[in-house]
Amino acid sequence: MKGFLGIDVGSVSTNLVVIDEQEEVIASLYLQTAGQPIKVIQEGMRTLAKTLPERMEIAGVGTTGSGRQLAGVLVGADIIKNEITAHAVATSHMVPGVQTILEIGGQDSKIILLRNGIVTDFAMNTVCAAGTGSFLDHQAVRLQIPIQEFGKLALKSTNPVRIAGRCSVFAESDMIHKQQLGHALEDIIAGLCEALVRNYLNNVGKGKEILPPIAFQGGVAANLGMKAAFEKALGMEVIVPPHFEVMGAVGAALIAKKEVAKVGKTNFKGFNISDAHYQAKSFECGGCPNLCEVVQIFEDDKVIARWGGRCGKWENVAV
Amino acid sequence: MMKIAFPIMGTSYIAFQKIMEKLGHEAIVPPKPSKRTLSLGVTYSPEFACLPFKILLGSYLEAIERGADTIVSYGGVGPCRAGYYGVMHEKIIRDLGYDVKFIIFEPPHREFKKCMAAGKELVNAKENSWGKIFEALTTGWVHLRALDEIERLSHEIRPYEINKGDTTKAFKQCLELMKQADTKKQIAEAKRESVKILKNVEVDPTRNPLKIGLIGEIYVVIEPFANFDIQVTLGEMGVLTRRNIYITDWTKDNTFFKGEEHIKRAARPYLNQMIGGHGIISVGQTVLYAKEGYDGVVQLAPFSCIPEIVAKGILPKVSKDLDIPVMTVFLDEQTGKAGLQTRLEAFIDLLKAKRDSLREETA
Repeated sequence: MKGFLGIDVGSVSTNLVVIDEQEEVIASLYLQTAGQPIKVIQEGMRTLAKTLPERMEIAGVGTTGSGRQLAGVLVGADIIKNEITAHAVATSHMVPGVQTILEIGGQDSKIILLRNGIVTDFAMNTVCAAGTGSFLDHQAVRLQIPIQEFGKLALKSTNPVRIAGRCSVFAESDMIHKQQLGHALEDIIAGLCEALVRNYLNNVGKGKEILPPIAFQGGVAANLGMKAAFEKALGMEVIVPPHFEVMGAVGAALIAKKEVAKVGKTNFKGFNISDAHYQAKSFECGGCPNLCEVVQIFEDDKVIARWGGRCGKWENVAV
Repeated sequence: MMKIAFPIMGTSYIAFQKIMEKLGHEAIVPPKPSKRTLSLGVTYSPEFACLPFKILLGSYLEAIERGADTIVSYGGVGPCRAGYYGVMHEKIIRDLGYDVKFIIFEPPHREFKKCMAAGKELVNAKENSWGKIFEALTTGWVHLRALDEIERLSHEIRPYEINKGDTTKAFKQCLELMKQADTKKQIAEAKRESVKILKNVEVDPTRNPLKIGLIGEIYVVIEPFANFDIQVTLGEMGVLTRRNIYITDWTKDNTFFKGEEHIKRAARPYLNQMIGGHGIISVGQTVLYAKEGYDGVVQLAPFSCIPEIVAKGILPKVSKDLDIPVMTVFLDEQTGKAGLQTRLEAFIDLLKAKRDSLREETA
């Protein structure tokens, strides 16, 4: 029995997914990256090895997310793909005919437009993190509501309060102000969801033609309040696909399956990488005024990868 | 004799250095912009100023550290903040306690007198004969042209290179040759030799690379430090890039000749007036790239740059009408390249899929 592994290392969560030959998800893990991608990848691999059926053999592996290079080196990826393409591939698979993907993750948010199954346009937030998962997390902690309850509470609101959504700093002070005035918590939370949706549509969604079917995914899609706010703002149904929180990893697995079919073999290093000792160290190269911050990945004492240099001289691991 | 520094913008410093020296000045070439330049610039600039302003200020301060007593800068065309940048830089540097002279060139077709006054000061007319001045300036011009031509060629060759990095290595050799050249004859020779070096890079001519056109604000389009070396990055990802802005083109078009007219004409269905900076050029050039069969366009904009923001608002319409994908990249203080890398990879995937689907349709 063959399986294909997809790993999405994001800023907030690291997700691992295994699909079978029928492209069905048979295992999925959602872990907190907590700033330690190497450790969490190893942990994830250890857990996966235990949960997978014994006869399962990993026949291909793909990595994505902002830590895709690192993950790729660690596990021996057959393909390393950007998260925009990975998300598009996964959603096309889960939501046939999808034309718009709204994705909100921990630190970034993106919109992807597809027509006839092909990505025709996309945008990612550039300079502002307002409206991403981290901000919602932060607000949930501040209000002492478990993040899982946050969205449900928003749905109870009958009179959402208007909150400034353009900047998370403005949003927070606006929220505090409205709280002090005595507005109900659910109205404030619902107002916050609406503000974040407004900001999203006005920022990453600016000038984009949003057509149905619309899929909403990424960790924030777990928030029912956000889904409702999107539906209200767009006046259209918004679908939260199954495995919405690990879509990037699903995409990476699908892409890996295709890649291995083409190449004929996998570079997968096996689950025992979870026992090796990996370490990342960085230094500033003084070779020229660029002063590049070069990152080195060690497996025990051996350098197995380097990146971050502009000129490419450090990419040769033998140096 | 003045100790003159000037803005660093791509490879032009090589020619500017020679011009200054030929006019009898000592040329203080600021170090290539680095993280230190940026930090200096950010520290002393207004928070809301744009990236080019901050890099230039940092660059001037580094030149002063190296002993510069005069800074040559340029004013701007149209309603863009850059027009005030020379004046602003001067005020900030004075406030920091440096007694440095500023010579600011305004575009001659707008501010002829001011431009001439600045020119007179620079050429040191009392000591230099007009013949000598003419020779220095025309040689400098030839030098700039040659540098631009060599760079353009490097971008045309890079996507075909077999060993990643070969073209960049060859280009560095070319720049060393160009640095040695003094006279027009030597420049011509160095150029010929450079072309030979670049053409010797081992290539695979059977490739059919994606073609991406670059548009945007002049400084971030030209200076690799400001744009994460985007042309080399894309080239090494196997993409052919062209940009419409080179220093010599821009100088020619914005002094006495009106070379940009055809670009402005192309923009007309979407935008029929100057909006400052390079806004109208960004719109018009996108139309032209689409007509020339480019696969996509990348807009480079300093964060908070109004002309480019206005252009960005217009570009979705151009993109839809002419079926050419456009991606905007806002550039600011970040030096982490990962975000840009992700977007470029995704954009390339998009363009490839589009090309493949077009091929299927016609097949």
